[in-house]
Amino acid sequence: MERRQFLIGGAAMGCSVAASPFVTPVAMAAAPWDTRLVVIILRGAMDSLDVIQPYGDPALAALRPNLPVGEAGNAFDLNGFYGLNPHFAALKPLYDAGEFGAVQAVSTPYRDKRSHFDGQDILEAGLPDLSGGGLRDGWLNRMLQVVPGIEPEVAYAIGREQMLVLTGDAPSSRWAPDTRLRISPNARALLNVVHHDDPLFRDASADAIAIAEEIALDEAAAAETSDMMADNPMMQAVSTNGQHVKIAEFAATRLRGDTRIASFSLSGWDTHVRQDSAMRTRGKVLSDTILTLKAGLGAAWEKTAVLCLTEFGRTARENGNAGTDHGTGSAMLYAGGALRGGQVIGDWPGLGEGDLYAGRDLLPTRDVRAHAAWVMRGLIGVDKTALEQTIFPGLELGTDSGLVL
Amino acid sequence: MPFDPILAAIRFGNGLSPDVAAPASVEDMLSMLEGPDRAAQAFPIQLYDEVVPSRLDFQSAGAAIRAAEGEEAVEAAEAARTEMRAAAFEVLGRSTASQLARDITTADGFRERLTRFWADHFTAPATNGLWRYLVYPYIEGAIRPHVTGQFADMLRAAVMSPMLIQYLAQQVSVGPNSRQARNSGRGLNENMAREVLELHTLGVGGGYTQTDVREFAELLTGVTTNVRNGGHYDARRAEPGAETVLGVTYGGDEESVDHVMAALDDLARHPDTARHLSQKLVTHFIGPQADPALVDAMTRTYAATDGNLMAVYDVMLSAEAAWAPRLQKVKQPYGFIASSLRALAVPPASLLELKYVDVRRLVLNPLQRMGQEFQQPVGPDGWPEDDEAWITPQGMAGRITWAMQMPEQLVDRLPDPREFVIDALGPTPAEPVVFAANAAETVSDGIGLVLASAAFQRR
Repeated sequence: MERRQFLIGGAAMGCSVAASPFVTPVAMAAAPWDTRLVVIILRGAMDSLDVIQPYGDPALAALRPNLPVGEAGNAFDLNGFYGLNPHFAALKPLYDAGEFGAVQAVSTPYRDKRSHFDGQDILEAGLPDLSGGGLRDGWLNRMLQVVPGIEPEVAYAIGREQMLVLTGDAPSSRWAPDTRLRISPNARALLNVVHHDDPLFRDASADAIAIAEEIALDEAAAAETSDMMADNPMMQAVSTNGQHVKIAEFAATRLRGDTRIASFSLSGWDTHVRQDSAMRTRGKVLSDTILTLKAGLGAAWEKTAVLCLTEFGRTARENGNAGTDHGTGSAMLYAGGALRGGQVIGDWPGLGEGDLYAGRDLLPTRDVRAHAAWVMRGLIGVDKTALEQTIFPGLELGTDSGLVL
Repeated sequence: MPFDPILAAIRFGNGLSPDVAAPASVEDMLSMLEGPDRAAQAFPIQLYDEVVPSRLDFQSAGAAIRAAEGEEAVEAAEAARTEMRAAAFEVLGRSTASQLARDITTADGFRERLTRFWADHFTAPATNGLWRYLVYPYIEGAIRPHVTGQFADMLRAAVMSPMLIQYLAQQVSVGPNSRQARNSGRGLNENMAREVLELHTLGVGGGYTQTDVREFAELLTGVTTNVRNGGHYDARRAEPGAETVLGVTYGGDEESVDHVMAALDDLARHPDTARHLSQKLVTHFIGPQADPALVDAMTRTYAATDGNLMAVYDVMLSAEAAWAPRLQKVKQPYGFIASSLRALAVPPASLLELKYVDVRRLVLNPLQRMGQEFQQPVGPDGWPEDDEAWITPQGMAGRITWAMQMPEQLVDRLPDPREFVIDALGPTPAEPVVFAANAAETVSDGIGLVLASAAFQRR
């Protein structure tokens, strides 16, 4: 008896599904520009003096007796002054190909308190300080706000962490690559019935199913990403297979489609203790991430800029634990076919007596926001006034750092 | 619109339970609220001052690492700190389980919802992932005891709590002419002053100026926190002289926390605060389009009672608008999970046995996927109230997936979906949900469809 009712119910349900206006595909508007921007937040404060080692500065070695640099530390020479930390070896071929580079001695306007939390907030909010009270949005989102008619697919925050940099009034998507919509086909049809009279739930569920399906279909695109990576000799250098690789694969797959901006974070840069062993894993993680993006983006890599930003730098002197403590100036690492790599730019302030900020940290010689701003200007054509007033309030753009090819 | 027990449970509590009766009347709701906090007694959560490990324990563990000589000693000291970290995460897991146990078993659901509401009003996320385990203890001591009292008491407790002080960076704010500033070169930070005015009391539209913010920030100097003493007042940091906030002058004689408290009491009593809080309560519990006359009435009562919250709740619950049948709000992710567990009658004992890694898998990670990194909102304004902020594609993917997969991991045996639809939605469930619960292929799909339905997710 119950079984029979069930069948009758099932048949009736089938009709209502067929008649429903449920299937609203996710809108896939073309983006208003064609270049790709990936912003990676390196959480924990990267020691730029160890990653892009200014071994040509005679003061460095003396500051760091237990953190050997340059030849003594097996670094790869980049230009006779800077050397690349050997744990980042996989990025050396990119540097040589002009697809990886760095800007040394930069920072946000944040000074002195050296809190990760405030430092990351300021970095992502793009503000000169936090004195204005509560943070409401991030600079990548404000960039989207000045471009009319942005669709949510244009920008993706990827991973589980909230990305303040992309949070705000402009629509964006957020998806963790391991988010799967797990629902049986039967339950899916029934869910439509259940939500039929509630447009908010109906549309959000429909979009969720559509994104999940697209990503599942995109098992085609994702498989393509895997194939592209398998075919790419550079991927032999990818030695880890953690969450960061999944995130980079996901980002690459999206960016090959309608997505133009992706942002995610890589943490673990807070190297207070035994920095060399921390750098070994950070080097792998960052290299794997960038190489996965390059391989997964395919031809789109030529139109791509990857910016790696961190909240502040670390002390010039090593501490008592073969590590370094919170500092001020750091570097912006960058990659991508759209940028002029194979160089380390930035005014070098020196590490000698009297050169250090507050007697302890690398002195920032330029606001890192200026470099991010010039990249957005060159890559996307964002208006100068918008950059100085809306996206990075209080920033003076200054001269073009010329990173965009 | 008359009182409705089903609405009382769904709109003002954590939903329906097959084991616990819904409130019988507004008087019933208020008298439970006035009575003892039975849920907290049954499922205790440690207070900030008592929680183990403490901030001081961590400081000592760090000092032990720095003091250790030789690789072995360093490794042993590091291992001890690692163990302490693990213990802290277990506290977070256990507190989460205890709170869920309260939400599942209580007859006094309005108290749990009020606690969540006020904890969000005074949101104090951990400034470092490790300190997340201290958020529950903060709420337990600074917020929960005051949700049925005078608002001024909650304001005082929150402003003096180490979590809020640290979150709003009050501990770096030093009076520019204080003894401490002369020694440290530090200065004023307006963050806490601004947020107390903008978010906690008068509201962003309130009648205060930048000068009030500045003066209030100078008055707040002295309020600080450290690992050993927690939130406290240190006169050496305080800006000398009197400060005038909203036309009232405080201090002028010896620097004292009493001046801060006097200002907080005045802010709590301010007419703009009365309106801001009344509007916020109505928006949260009933909906943004609720009767403006109700906000007016609550504002008047608030003013007449110097911010007696029970009196304000009484006005809200006695209003017709409170019982309008249309469900205007959606449950936030935590409320969705808590009410799901309540409808499923998940046994508290099984939750309390869970290790942190399981709490994370079953609750905390799913909350994050639904868009709510619990107790860690992005800004000091807490979680958004608008439905659209929550019912996004990825938010729905998180809700649907949790609804379809997790219930069977939380109870020994899933209920029959045809009965569960009544447990969850009441005696007259929406017809399409009944239909779906009957037509599902599997029991877990049936349960999942009921929980994923708009009918269950709204309140």
